[in-house]
Amino acid sequence: MAGTWVVVDQRDGNIRKVTFELISEAKKYGEVAAVLFGKGVEGLAPEFAKYGADKVYVCDDDLFASYNTGAYVAQLEAMIKEYSPNAVLFGHTVNGRDFAARLAQKLDAGLATDAIDFELSDGKGVFTRAIYAGKALAKVEVTGNPVLATIRAGVCEVVEADGAGEVIKPAIVATADDVYQVEKEFAPTVSARPELTEAEVVVSGGRGCKGPDGIKVVEELADLLGAAVGASRASVDSGWLGHELQVGQTGKVVNPNLYVACGISGAIQHLAGMSSSKYIAAINTDPEAPIFSVADFGVVGDLFKVIPLLIEELQK
Amino acid sequence: MKVLVCVKQTFDTEAKIELKDGKINDAGINLIINPYDEVAVEGAIQLKEKKVAKEVVVVSAGADTAMDAIRTALAMGADRGILVKQDVDADEYARAVALAEVIKKENPDLILAGHVAADDGSSQVPTRIAEILGLPHVNVITNLEIADGVATVDCEADGGTATYEVKLPAVISSQVSWNEPRYPSMKGIMQAKKKPVETVDAVAVENKVKVLEYALPEAKTAGIKIEDDPEVAAPQLADWMLNTAKIEVVK
Repeated sequence: MAGTWVVVDQRDGNIRKVTFELISEAKKYGEVAAVLFGKGVEGLAPEFAKYGADKVYVCDDDLFASYNTGAYVAQLEAMIKEYSPNAVLFGHTVNGRDFAARLAQKLDAGLATDAIDFELSDGKGVFTRAIYAGKALAKVEVTGNPVLATIRAGVCEVVEADGAGEVIKPAIVATADDVYQVEKEFAPTVSARPELTEAEVVVSGGRGCKGPDGIKVVEELADLLGAAVGASRASVDSGWLGHELQVGQTGKVVNPNLYVACGISGAIQHLAGMSSSKYIAAINTDPEAPIFSVADFGVVGDLFKVIPLLIEELQK
Repeated sequence: MKVLVCVKQTFDTEAKIELKDGKINDAGINLIINPYDEVAVEGAIQLKEKKVAKEVVVVSAGADTAMDAIRTALAMGADRGILVKQDVDADEYARAVALAEVIKKENPDLILAGHVAADDGSSQVPTRIAEILGLPHVNVITNLEIADGVATVDCEADGGTATYEVKLPAVISSQVSWNEPRYPSMKGIMQAKKKPVETVDAVAVENKVKVLEYALPEAKTAGIKIEDDPEVAAPQLADWMLNTAKIEVVK
């Protein structure tokens, strides 16, 4: 058994936290290797050893400068054949799920995506998946060599551990012919706030914000808490916040330490996207709002009055 | 240009999920086109209205009831449909194999689908179809322009927006924010009844992923609820945030 591989999710040297979460979790099953793609990225290798990576496969080439499915899949497929890992894990990010799905089909293999819990054994993995955006859970078994899965960000703890971090440079077998998507441009989200799916605290605004002024109140609280801003469908449909911030069944599923729902009634689609948060606070004028049925701490009141006072208290 | 759209019939997103005999209970559930696929249908129809596409074919793999999803797409403006009869328990691999078989015969210039289904949340089928057919693919698009056999797409990316170019034929999957799907008009619904829909059986392949069990998440219980003046409630909420949820305030 050649251990578990964690495919690194990075752009311009910024490694997504889910990578470290997966290395930490995979460590429980013996040998762990990080698989790093990029251009001029070898200097990142020691980062993975800090969380216990025994090996770091570094695929450094112009072809891998930015994510493209074709070249990445061709390279990883060849490496899997050469080194025979027991399992290959990806973060369930935009790139991770794209990469994993194409690789799985190329290997004629099964794949568990967006798992929130897992257990690995030789040639087999059992994964818990949240289906219907978390309204139900499915426990699934994936067999294969390797076992393939994408794991949701934030479900595993990051634990520092000593790893040898031995750098291995596999032969680059991908070629320019493998590239079929060309990234012409990347526009990073300009925000000082953390990303919605990775944030420790999320403060969301809904219909009760009544407009951009209400959203500003919510944003002010978010910034005080170092939080990401989220949205309900109502505030996205009203154009107050972008769809990329929508939490719920046709948006993102989040599981922060604290979720603060401001002026959100709690439609079932929204609850599906945030109910797994560790702590939930809600502020809403309607005492009967369904959001209170999942809130650990609810305040029946007008967010325009409650939030400014809350900010004042928190600043004390 | 011929555009083929894959649609999946899913539970209404308002549906409450219950179990019966260890399986997801579909009794009394309103079925809809997966909202992400509905956006793909709309995108295809807009291409036809812009005279970029000549024909829009809708394909759905699933139970007989999936015919309703096809009829809805036809009522929106698609030209014809294909129902691939397949067990509802087919996994992403089996679904992709079945759809790819039909797509190969249709030989479209562009294959559209939602990037994820609102029920299983897997995000696999469009990408798998592309691999089976040996076609380029790009996922989670929020805009699409086609010129000279090349699709230029804006995609939701991790931490931003990426613009990609892919050569057609290709598989392209949509994010819900791409467009606002139309409601079928009464005329469209009438016309849809006369539009041709072919029914075929899915290629028989074994699932790769085995479902061991379904469960419902532990129901969250309501905690403290304060119905008092904001002056009284706000300090209590602050105290709870700091001492129970243990958040840190940015100085």
